[in-house]
Amino acid sequence: MVRLVAFLVGLFFSGMLLIGLGDTVIKAIQEPAQPTAEHEFHEMPLAVSFAHDGPLGKFDRGQLQRGLKVYSEVCAACHSLKLVAFRDFAALGYNEEQVKALAKAWKTEVPSINPETGEAASRPAIPADKIPSPFANEVAARAANNNALPPDLSLITKARADGTAYVYSLLMGYRDQAGYKNAEGQELLKEFPEAATPAGLHFNPWFANLNIAMANPIAGDDQVTYDDGTKATKAQMAKDVSAFLAWTAEPKMENRKSAGWAALGFLIVFTVLAWMSYKTIWADKKH
Amino acid sequence: MSFPWAQEYKPQGTVSKWVDERLPLPRLVYNAVGAGYPVPRNLNYFWNFGVLAGVALVIQIVTGIVLAMHYYASVDGAFNSVEHIMRDVNAGWFLRYAHMNGASFFFIVVYIHIFRGLFYGSYKAPREMIWLLGVTIFLLMMATAFMGYVLPWGQMSFWGAQVITGFFSAIPLVGEPLRQLLLGGFAPDQAALNRFFSLHYLMPFVIAGVIILHIWALHIPGSSNPTGVSIKGEQDTVPFHPYYTAKDGFGLGIFLIFFVAVTFFAPNMLGHPDNYIPANPLSTPAHIVPEWYFLPFYAILKAFTVDFGIPFTGIIIIEAKLMGVLAMFGSILLLFFLPWLDTSPVRSGHYRPLFRKFFWFGLIPCLVLLTYCGGKPPYTQWVILSQIAAAYYFIHFLIILPIVSRIERPLPLPNSITEAVTGKPLETAAA
Repeated sequence: MVRLVAFLVGLFFSGMLLIGLGDTVIKAIQEPAQPTAEHEFHEMPLAVSFAHDGPLGKFDRGQLQRGLKVYSEVCAACHSLKLVAFRDFAALGYNEEQVKALAKAWKTEVPSINPETGEAASRPAIPADKIPSPFANEVAARAANNNALPPDLSLITKARADGTAYVYSLLMGYRDQAGYKNAEGQELLKEFPEAATPAGLHFNPWFANLNIAMANPIAGDDQVTYDDGTKATKAQMAKDVSAFLAWTAEPKMENRKSAGWAALGFLIVFTVLAWMSYKTIWADKKH
Repeated sequence: MSFPWAQEYKPQGTVSKWVDERLPLPRLVYNAVGAGYPVPRNLNYFWNFGVLAGVALVIQIVTGIVLAMHYYASVDGAFNSVEHIMRDVNAGWFLRYAHMNGASFFFIVVYIHIFRGLFYGSYKAPREMIWLLGVTIFLLMMATAFMGYVLPWGQMSFWGAQVITGFFSAIPLVGEPLRQLLLGGFAPDQAALNRFFSLHYLMPFVIAGVIILHIWALHIPGSSNPTGVSIKGEQDTVPFHPYYTAKDGFGLGIFLIFFVAVTFFAPNMLGHPDNYIPANPLSTPAHIVPEWYFLPFYAILKAFTVDFGIPFTGIIIIEAKLMGVLAMFGSILLLFFLPWLDTSPVRSGHYRPLFRKFFWFGLIPCLVLLTYCGGKPPYTQWVILSQIAAAYYFIHFLIILPIVSRIERPLPLPNSITEAVTGKPLETAAA
């Protein structure tokens, strides 16, 4: 009985799947999938390497400090960093006084209340505060940005595939759409005239749908002046801020890697000992 | 029960004797995983994975209890509380990454454990009950893992919950009200998050309970072995302790090395980037995909693309969506019937030439393909491949297996485990 019912159920499910298969094939022949501009012209992230890559990599503190400078002078105009507190900047190599000064000098103040009247007010940030957001809320952010919402950047490198390289590629990826060709030599506007970037958006083949609301934030060299004398080329700034955002997404990365090596070392010793006792105990048993 | 030659627990000191007379718990442990449990001497490394699954559950429970001390089940606070754990809780990043990857490794070892059972026929008489309890544990694990994935309240959490609870709405008439009852609302929201948290905390202990039954049922006939030949006498077995505790210790070391390597050096490899974006009911991700361990079943769900009805009348009896849901649940539920579908008296795949061919060249590629297609967007080529693979899945278990077990001529079996191990006939083989 079980086998009969099973046979019929199996026949039904597999039959429906094979009919579906035929249906899929017929549909694919009748209406073959049309290539799309997103599919043909979307670029994979550029190859870029960082000091913190790999199982031994550590953050380059100088690079993180430069990245913070780029974030605070460029990105912070629109993008929040809600999960990061000023006190966390101690990990970038700043001392307590410097962190206090950074917090106090931050362009946006922290929402607060007037202690006398209870009315809404703002006050300078202190190290315990999270980084204040540039806009009070989503409506304000959209209103100021042509109805686009600048995403919070705290986790951006973990929230995108190949995140750090993605951020770098996106910042480096603004192109002139007229005459743009992909690696195969296809010209975008000739192949897909309807893919022309609408007004208010910006062409960037590293963005999923090729048109991003954000204007090119790092348009040219020397947009910021680095305190350590590093020449602020466009690529340097893009790379530094990407590294900084890798840190904001995972400030405990170095702890993770060093704990990992300790755990692996312990386990290798443990496993060798376990293997030796296994062999000793089984020495007299053929198995 | 046990074998007559099983070593007996002999309490040594006064305290041990005192305890043994009042609550013989040490005796129970001795007989379950100690020297009192005789085990076939020829178990290979596939027999390590039951113990490893137990270890994985313990890892999940221990890390989970501590995470729950810092987690906050609220639609406004859940995402940030997970990030609080990652940033501000002492070693919180470790607990969270270990729990996140611990779920994946739990499934990896359980899948290998199931694979072992499928190939060596561990589900066959007299071990059917162990198998039934095992499939129950697997279902409970899937429910637990699904609810756990919802808790961080990221994009994939929210949309995964939306899709999975949406299965219920495919049921005619009662589907939508049932879905609302389960969610406590029209869409996943505070009520759903709270109950998922409550259940996610409860279910592991239910799993632990069923595992006790699973092990209890195992100790009635004793462990199976790679030859599938039953134990004939004392020379076929060794005491669990120290022989298999030592072997499991070594297996545990290897397992933990893999677990630690992923947890510490590629903790997000098995996850999806979208779950680092806070849940947003107004923005649907481009591709909603479940965690990797659900992909084969997700592929089966998506493989059903045509409605079942009466041709040329437009009358639909079962919609494609409902059929996908039924097939997806059916693909797991059919495992409950496996002991009665595969009627071959030979347990081990080693001695079943035809079964072995279908197993290696049919079932295994089919499962790999389903897993791969499950994570792909619904482009024609992936749909076609998942339809072929899903069809084979049902044909394999429901049609091929019963037929093969009837027509197959098995290879000659060794007379005993000892003979298989030593290559000598039973009488002359020294233990």
